[in-house]
Amino acid sequence: MRSDIFAFPRLSRRFFPIWQRNFLVWRKIAAASVIGHIADPMIYLIGLGYGLGSLVPEMGGTSYMLFLAGGTVCYSTMNSASFEALYSGFARMHEQRTWEAILNTPVTLDDIVLSEVLWAATKSLMAGSAVLGVIWLFGLSHTWLSLWAIPLALLVGLCFAGMGLVMTALAPSYDFFLYYFTLVITPMMMLCGVFFPVAQLPPALQTLSALLPLSHAIDLARPLLSGTVPAQAGLHLAVLIAYALAGYYLSLVLFRRRLGR
Amino acid sequence: MRGNDILRWVAAVSVVIRADKLRKAYASQTVVDGLDLSIRRGECYGLLGPNGAGKTTTLRLLLGLITPDAGELSLLGEPVPERAREARVKVGVVPQMDNLDPDFTVAENLLVYGRYFGMKDTEIEARIPALLEFANLSHKRDAKVPTLSGGMKRRLTLARALVNDPDIIFLDEPTTGLDPQARHLIWQRLRELTAQGKTLLLTTHFMDEAERLCHRLAVMDHGRLITEGSPRELIAQNIEPQVVEVFGEGVEAWSAQHAAGYSARFEQSGETVFCYAADPAPLLAHLHGHPTLRYLHRPANLEDVFLKLTGREMRE
Repeated sequence: MRSDIFAFPRLSRRFFPIWQRNFLVWRKIAAASVIGHIADPMIYLIGLGYGLGSLVPEMGGTSYMLFLAGGTVCYSTMNSASFEALYSGFARMHEQRTWEAILNTPVTLDDIVLSEVLWAATKSLMAGSAVLGVIWLFGLSHTWLSLWAIPLALLVGLCFAGMGLVMTALAPSYDFFLYYFTLVITPMMMLCGVFFPVAQLPPALQTLSALLPLSHAIDLARPLLSGTVPAQAGLHLAVLIAYALAGYYLSLVLFRRRLGR
Repeated sequence: MRGNDILRWVAAVSVVIRADKLRKAYASQTVVDGLDLSIRRGECYGLLGPNGAGKTTTLRLLLGLITPDAGELSLLGEPVPERAREARVKVGVVPQMDNLDPDFTVAENLLVYGRYFGMKDTEIEARIPALLEFANLSHKRDAKVPTLSGGMKRRLTLARALVNDPDIIFLDEPTTGLDPQARHLIWQRLRELTAQGKTLLLTTHFMDEAERLCHRLAVMDHGRLITEGSPRELIAQNIEPQVVEVFGEGVEAWSAQHAAGYSARFEQSGETVFCYAADPAPLLAHLHGHPTLRYLHRPANLEDVFLKLTGREMRE
């Protein structure tokens, strides 16, 4: 049934009880999760912000602290969707057989994959909001435009949820995810301008950077935090949406191939 | 309509699971090979077979979770897999491996599962006390799943399969890994479900389970039904009514010389010779003359049928 696995995603509201299930699990460990969402960016902001910030008074036209804040919103958001889609998603699909239980009900694999994407993006939304809270708490950003970082976190979450689920659909075990983190996530952190401007990189790497979704997320987040409307916002949004849709569809095809035969 | 037509019409309506020349292959291996099934409303139907016979794949095909390579399927009158989702609204499943939500309590497991059927929270919560009572878990309502024993987890899985008040319940090896006490409790509950008019389709490789619970059963091997009928019919049709198991020192020599003469059919498995006969009296009298041999005389059972039909060699 090759044509079947490539079918257009069958969207329905039946994804919602699965999202609710994941939310109920999250609520039981909410305290630890929120502390993680807040502590992780604070460690970067305090450590690198004060440590490097005193040596580098200004970067990209703002304080180094604020420069770093823009990178950290996106990086944190990327990480939470990725961890959720990879490790927690794999646990639900494979280890705990949660999907198997759900598939015996009138819910389909398409509903499950949609719920996974949306749930991982929800985790990004939480992480992004937490970082934004820290940024406000530190008094780094004073503009209403910074509120746009919240929907941006959701979009970045959708983008990395889709990409992460592709890995989950292919993974034989948890060990497989190390490749993704070592070869995709960590390089992106270095190539996409989290800690320093992409312009510092040699031209070939700059070209590579322009193809990566995290660069586009940061190009949107950084101006928003310092109170300017991002240049080429349409292009950046389009890249993120394209990654999100492609990742979602590809993961759905791979999950259908893995589980539906 | 004439009487015969009415009978035929009633039979057609009352068939709730039907498979017609069902086929499923993985790579070069045919797992389900031209299977025909017809299961009636209110029946407890057992699928027996050694490991790898195709039982679980058959259940997954019937539920519409995988697509057959050939054949026709219907579940509660809905064509499968096309409208399997709609059919599953009225189906409950007890899977082979526990897949309860370990992060949740007993009651939360039922609530969360009921939502997948589109049920409202109030509707599910109203059903929970009765489900817990049925599963003997009322006192464990707020216990987390990892603290439950194996038997309790199985009972919770059964309760979860009933949350939507299904017409049909699929049970894939429902008592594997349970101790005898836990197993008897599950059997009692399954009989209650049958008494309520539910249709049960269960796979097992416990012959006593099949013999006790099933109205009809089928022995399956290599993806095909080898035989089908009530437990008594299967025994009557396939095997001599009496069995004498002979074992002890010198059984091999004895078997080579005498077994064929005193039984209609005999089989050697390990250190035991199984002698099947309609009248075992001559054999028993003969065995009195061999004091080193020990024996066990019993009526033939489903296990004898199963081993005759599927062979005694290990399946791995």
